[in-house]
Amino acid sequence: MILSVRDLKVSFRTNDGLVRAIDGVSFDLDESEILGVVGESGSGKTVSLLAVMGLITDPNASIEGSIRYKGRELVGLPARELRRLRGNEIAMIFQDPMTALTPVYTIGWQIAEQIRAHQNISKAKAIVRVEELLAEVNFPNPHEAMSRYPHQLSGGMRQRAVIAMALSCNPALLVADEPTTALDVTVQAGILDLVRKLRATHKSAVVFITHDMGVVSELADRVMVMYAGRVVERGSRTDLFSDPRHPYTRALLGSIPPLTGEKPRRLPAIPGSPPSLLRLPQGCAFGPRCPVHYEHCVTDKPELGIGTHAAACFRVARA
Amino acid sequence: MIYAILRRFGQMLFVMFGISVIVFLIFFATPGADPAARIAGRNATPEVLDAVRHNFGFDRPLYVQYVKMMEKIFVTGDLTSFVNRGWKVVPAVMDSIPVTLSLVFGAAILWVVVSIIIGIVAAATRDSWLDKLLMALGLLGISMPVYWLGEVMNLITQSRYHDSWAFSWVPPLGYKNFSDDPKGWFLTLIIPWITLAILYIGIYGRVLRAAIIESLQEDFIRTARAKGLSETRILLRHALRTSLIAFVTLFGLDFGALVGGSALLTEVVFGLHGIGKLTYDALQNLDLPMIMATVMYASMFVVIANAVVDFVYILLDPRLRTS
Repeated sequence: MILSVRDLKVSFRTNDGLVRAIDGVSFDLDESEILGVVGESGSGKTVSLLAVMGLITDPNASIEGSIRYKGRELVGLPARELRRLRGNEIAMIFQDPMTALTPVYTIGWQIAEQIRAHQNISKAKAIVRVEELLAEVNFPNPHEAMSRYPHQLSGGMRQRAVIAMALSCNPALLVADEPTTALDVTVQAGILDLVRKLRATHKSAVVFITHDMGVVSELADRVMVMYAGRVVERGSRTDLFSDPRHPYTRALLGSIPPLTGEKPRRLPAIPGSPPSLLRLPQGCAFGPRCPVHYEHCVTDKPELGIGTHAAACFRVARA
Repeated sequence: MIYAILRRFGQMLFVMFGISVIVFLIFFATPGADPAARIAGRNATPEVLDAVRHNFGFDRPLYVQYVKMMEKIFVTGDLTSFVNRGWKVVPAVMDSIPVTLSLVFGAAILWVVVSIIIGIVAAATRDSWLDKLLMALGLLGISMPVYWLGEVMNLITQSRYHDSWAFSWVPPLGYKNFSDDPKGWFLTLIIPWITLAILYIGIYGRVLRAAIIESLQEDFIRTARAKGLSETRILLRHALRTSLIAFVTLFGLDFGALVGGSALLTEVVFGLHGIGKLTYDALQNLDLPMIMATVMYASMFVVIANAVVDFVYILLDPRLRTS
């Protein structure tokens, strides 16, 4: 077990009251496993992973629960200790490669900076390592690419540079926050291939955040579906795609157009919009949009059951 | 990159040419005014007027007048002030340049160093008492008029407390040549440097603090944190480095203007006969050749300062190197 998150709660104090962005999220991750985290914007995917990285710097945030990395508790760990893990054992890839790199340094410099922050090696050796890394993420001309500035590279190439940077210290855990969202579809496929290949060569575990069910079905071993700060369903990829249990998961899958057969005139959409985190309903947060909700859903919150495939829904529990 | 610098240099020459033409036209082609009469000054005899007219080529086409004027300023350097009875203009300007440059360079070093420190400390301790104190002091520095501050400085260091241990080293007002007396040069300029720098320390410290805080919100700062870099390194190598661009812009404008004569008030208060003082006196006497020369000089410095800023930009921001 490389990562074990238990009952993670993240809330932010705002002028309008307390916003609970994450409300009791638990999950585990094994070595070289890819966990897909799916959900709409605002469902808490990113915040929960930023909490794992210790990157929630907002002074108004409070984090409760437990995040154990290789058995070591990360919540409440001193900043210094956390920094030693970050970028070294736990690395992150961000959503927008356009803005994720500092514009005034070459990518070679930026990758070497990370290596030298964690390893006591000479500049020359770091540069040799940078070139290897860039070759590994399929830069056509790694030596030349090192002296490139971010603005001289395309989006896909920048994302490769960011991935090379994330891999520079052979992290045991890689957190990818929608790394393909800002990219063209063809470039996306290349990045997904890369993530798969790297999992195989580096044996890193990967948490892959996305709102794209297609990406999840291609890449993930296990899937976790989030809604309004809670996990509503989790299971293996096959479980989830062949037997989606939560009405939200079903609705998400239903909104993908079929490749074969007659195309629907209009794609089915989920009615309504996600609830404000300031005014969550007392019962199930998805209740107001749910096609199968009943009285019970209004008064009580359904809990995610135990087991490898579980859904937080009263309908499922009864079935 | 070399190409970008060369192109910028070419632009600079072009702008300076444009400025010289415009300044020339303002003074010598204004309808209804006789430039010869103005150059010759009040109560000039007809003989003097004729001499001026011939000397400056006012009996010939405008472009000849322009060429003659530029020749007098830049080539032969024998432009003569009639108001001040044969005073050579170009040597007068050349004598004032080191005074102004000494004053402004020293103050600039002081304000750049101090304001960078203040900006970094305030941004790093944002919203703490230290940040609030520094920003309040900055505002105070901006609010104090330089002539008032200069007089207060003089009152303290030249008269009231001059005999105390703290200020007995302060030499009397005036400028000492660096080549004659380096120590005297330095000592006479310390108080003027501080006086001139205080305003700019206030402005630059506040601007830099705001720019650093803004760049700390950028995505690449989150990346830097995710890389496991120390907060100090993130602040200095990533946030400060990307904030310096706004700082340099401001610096180029202020520095150019100050060297071009805006340090007048400081020069007057401390008895330094620099370009500002020279221009001011020339304006008082309507000394047209002198005004022409100092305005040319001032615009030249603004243009050069801006070109230097652009070179620094190219060094600071790789995105500007290719275009």
